[in-house]
Amino acid sequence: MKLRLMLAFASTLFGVAAQADEVTVAVAANFTAPMQKIAKAFEQDTGHKAQVAFGATGKFYAQIKNGAPFAVLLAADDETPARLEKEGLAVASTRFTYATGRLALWSKQANLVDDKGDVLHSNRLEKLGILKIAIADPKLAPYGVAAMQVMHKLGVLPVVTPKLVYGESIGQTYQFVSTENAQLGFVALSQISIDGRITQGSAWVVPQSMHTPLKQDVVLLNAGKHNAAAHALLKYLQGDNAKTIITRYGYAL
Amino acid sequence: MNLSAEDFQAIALTLQLASVTTVLLLLLATPVAWWLAHTRSVWRAPVASLVALPLVLPPTVLGFYLLVALGPNGPIGQFTQWAGWGTLAFSFWGLVLGSVVYSLPFAVQPLVNAFEAMGPRPMEVAATLRASPWDAFFTVAVPLAKPGFVMAAMLSFAHTVGEFGVVLMIGGNIPDKTRVVSTQIYGHVEAMAYSQAHGLAGVMLVFSFVVLLGLSWFNRRSTRHPNTRHQKADA
Repeated sequence: MKLRLMLAFASTLFGVAAQADEVTVAVAANFTAPMQKIAKAFEQDTGHKAQVAFGATGKFYAQIKNGAPFAVLLAADDETPARLEKEGLAVASTRFTYATGRLALWSKQANLVDDKGDVLHSNRLEKLGILKIAIADPKLAPYGVAAMQVMHKLGVLPVVTPKLVYGESIGQTYQFVSTENAQLGFVALSQISIDGRITQGSAWVVPQSMHTPLKQDVVLLNAGKHNAAAHALLKYLQGDNAKTIITRYGYAL
Repeated sequence: MNLSAEDFQAIALTLQLASVTTVLLLLLATPVAWWLAHTRSVWRAPVASLVALPLVLPPTVLGFYLLVALGPNGPIGQFTQWAGWGTLAFSFWGLVLGSVVYSLPFAVQPLVNAFEAMGPRPMEVAATLRASPWDAFFTVAVPLAKPGFVMAAMLSFAHTVGEFGVVLMIGGNIPDKTRVVSTQIYGHVEAMAYSQAHGLAGVMLVFSFVVLLGLSWFNRRSTRHPNTRHQKADA
């Protein structure tokens, strides 16, 4: 009896998989909000279903390397998808940039951040009593690398470095600033804006010329090679509907 | 095994954090455990539950609450600013505070058990011999509850060394200040530096195993001890 139940259960599982109109997607945490919208629209427009898991790109890499059943990876960088392809874990030449992240220097306080990043200069920092500045760990997150480049360009690294605290992801960096444990921080524009408007506090949207572009690439993984929904999602990400959503959330294309 | 200078820094900081936390926890947990072991108050159950909360709450919840509470607008943050200490997040003492909360049940529970196993008799006898309550506590209760103290200390220490979620959320991962072994390993793994992660993770594994092995040896020895057997019969 037990065995028969288990067989019945297993066959329903395989039944779902065989229909292949469902795709399991690993998505970088910074892309959470737009991806929720895109998944919904994708379902409505194509009839396919996207099961979405959000997390750190590095963790997804480890999981994929160890057999996680993700069909598509929307990474927070362009290196991880390239690496997966090189290691034979992703389908060759399916990679493309689905969004380019924008960096913002943000404070919860209104009028604290000016539109040039001058707030990072030593006299201003001292006057405003700024003790902690949050960035994403440059070893773990491309947004952290970009933040370091910007501070280097502004020539403020020596003053700022002793004040830095590191979020393990851009999500945690946002938390630090949002709870005001750090008065300032470099976050993703997508976290603090909608339709080009900063939702609270003050921010400087860093010009893209000041850092290496925050290219976020998507790639088809081996598990999705024969999955129609996975192919459909890749195509959908390049369509106008997805692009509208992506730009609304403060990403460049 | 290739441990970098930063790895050793993280190890030193972790040991320092665990030591400070353990000392503070023993000081804090002893009166709490004594009260829990002896009171008949209606507050016993609520307090016992409160103390045990960190056992069941996910560290992300603890870390999140702490982060909010430590912030300039949180109750702890307001107090520390008023006291002139600034805010505690991203500092060693912030981590100590988080660790004390996180490991509290591991210090309190063994002590409650030890005090309960002792029963009221030894203290009553001491009182009839005209020992003051403080005197009786230090000369009678503490020696009798020694296995409980040792266990509380070892568990608090080991549990603090193994702490991850809370430190990650309130630490800010600053080298030599708040970057402990567990967050360092996490960093290595996330940065895909697997060989470095293996080195440090191996150290952690061996350490944890040795502590648990020590605990279980200690447990067997102390339950065989005639003194404790006597107490058990008494209770």
